[in-house]
Amino acid sequence: MDMTKQDVEKVAKLARLALTDIEKAAFTKQLSQILTHVETLKQYDTTGVEPTATVLGQVNVFRPDIVKPSLPIDRAVVNAPESADGFFVVPKIIEDRQPN
Amino acid sequence: MSLHRLSLYDLHEKFTSGEVTATEIVRAYGLRIGQVESKVKAYITQAKDAAVAQAGALDASLKGWRKTSPMMGMPLAIKDNICTEGMLTTCASHMLGNFVPPYDATVIAKLRAQGYLLLGKTNLDEFAMGSSTENSAVGPSRNPWNLQCVPGGSSGGSAAAVAADECAAALGSDTGGSIRQPAAFCGVVGLKPTYGRVSRYGLIAFASSLDQIGPITKDVKDAAFLLGAIAGHDPLDSTSADVPVPDYLKALKKKDLKKLKVGVPVEFFAEGLDPEVEQAVRAAIQELKALGGEIKEIQLPRTDAAVAIYYVIATAEASSNLARYDGVKFGLRAKETKDLLELYMKTRQEGFGPEVKRRIMLGTYVLSAGYYDAYYGKAQAVRTLIRQDFEAAFQEVDLIVTPVTPTPAFKFGAKGDNPLQMYLSDIFTISANLAGVPAISLPCGFSQEGLPIGLQLIGRPFEEETLLRAAYAYEQSTQWRAKKPMIR
Repeated sequence: MDMTKQDVEKVAKLARLALTDIEKAAFTKQLSQILTHVETLKQYDTTGVEPTATVLGQVNVFRPDIVKPSLPIDRAVVNAPESADGFFVVPKIIEDRQPN
Repeated sequence: MSLHRLSLYDLHEKFTSGEVTATEIVRAYGLRIGQVESKVKAYITQAKDAAVAQAGALDASLKGWRKTSPMMGMPLAIKDNICTEGMLTTCASHMLGNFVPPYDATVIAKLRAQGYLLLGKTNLDEFAMGSSTENSAVGPSRNPWNLQCVPGGSSGGSAAAVAADECAAALGSDTGGSIRQPAAFCGVVGLKPTYGRVSRYGLIAFASSLDQIGPITKDVKDAAFLLGAIAGHDPLDSTSADVPVPDYLKALKKKDLKKLKVGVPVEFFAEGLDPEVEQAVRAAIQELKALGGEIKEIQLPRTDAAVAIYYVIATAEASSNLARYDGVKFGLRAKETKDLLELYMKTRQEGFGPEVKRRIMLGTYVLSAGYYDAYYGKAQAVRTLIRQDFEAAFQEVDLIVTPVTPTPAFKFGAKGDNPLQMYLSDIFTISANLAGVPAISLPCGFSQEGLPIGLQLIGRPFEEETLLRAAYAYEQSTQWRAKKPMIR
């Protein structure tokens, strides 16, 4: 599998990861090598084989819907880079309306 | 004998009998850490003052009256991807360089309730991604047997700390061998329990269908002792199994392998296996036979697929788990960004190291539209075949014996910038994670250069007792554990 620089840029955007040109070049080569190795899986016939998502064989784990103590808000935000009044602060998401 | 040389269990007995106090224990380990830590660099964060205070409070509360819990007064080191309330938990990443968890992982809550002494948080490859600690953002730990060699990874700090007597025992985590491989490289014991045996609440997630917490210890008895202290169902982790926890120490009573069938998978003795490692492991198999085990050649025919499956599934899960590092809720935030998208992109660029980025990229790719079935779906299906191989093997045998690693510890930089070479060295440990079965690594010899060699025993799900019984019988009939590294 040969990845192109464009593939790497597309994936980096999906992963919300800014990359330098040096990183892009290195990943293009390294990911191609790794994916070539991964493609050796094609030799295994998996027709009709159920995929494994978990080894436990669990379907759903239910519990009673009972209110229990949880982390207080002031401690939940204690590691936030920026917080105010118990809220996480982020850059403005909605842009100002342009005047007509 | 200096306290730091004692095994965890022997130290526990001395503490319980009142022969030593927690304060004496913490002082002895403080001295030992002071002697060797500048060479070994096992710890990211040391908790010296807190441990001294803890020990003092413990001694005062006991006042000669002793009714102890298993880990009371026991000085442990914890891998720095396990959350400890009030103490820095960095995952060896710039992303979490200032992260102080507001809660304890369940394993820590259990140890705390028993009155353990936390000596510090140990080094790892960033987010547990690596096999050498060379991917740590704070620099690598060193192998106590040869400071020019890696301690293994990702739980390299924990294994090095145990080997250097810088703690009585440690916790690690194992996603593809991250407990067993460093234990083998450092000449100590590492146990990856069955998937679901130990709660992972508060373990910073890497690959959720594979991750498991387990003990790294000076000997097999300690592994049984520490596993018993952390195992069990946890309502806070829906993937923890509601299976009773046996008394693992009782499993050690037999001291033989009578009536046990031991499988030797031919695929694990193929090309690429270092001759010295092969020789040591084959000699160990003879010893298992002498102890009453019935040795049988078996096949795990899809072993060759393990690395490829792992690096699809583990990276896919990692790319999803690590999406939470967005510069908003905790961890690093990039400065001077113009909008939310740039905040995400730059925070992740600055916070993650090269290996973490590589795995996020690979994982995102194999999950992306158009490639999901070809890579992720395929890997999940071949994973089923690996599980079937183990199920078939365990119809024939009670446990499986293999090497832990193809070679003894390698030198820093030896794998260069070829990530695939590094990944392929995980070949012998990954299968147990894919199948969810328990596996233990214990010393079975030394190379001519004096580096430890590890033996791996793999068991049926929730049959840690069989693993521990066989490992203990082997350990007691050999003298490998008597040898200690000269740290210089």
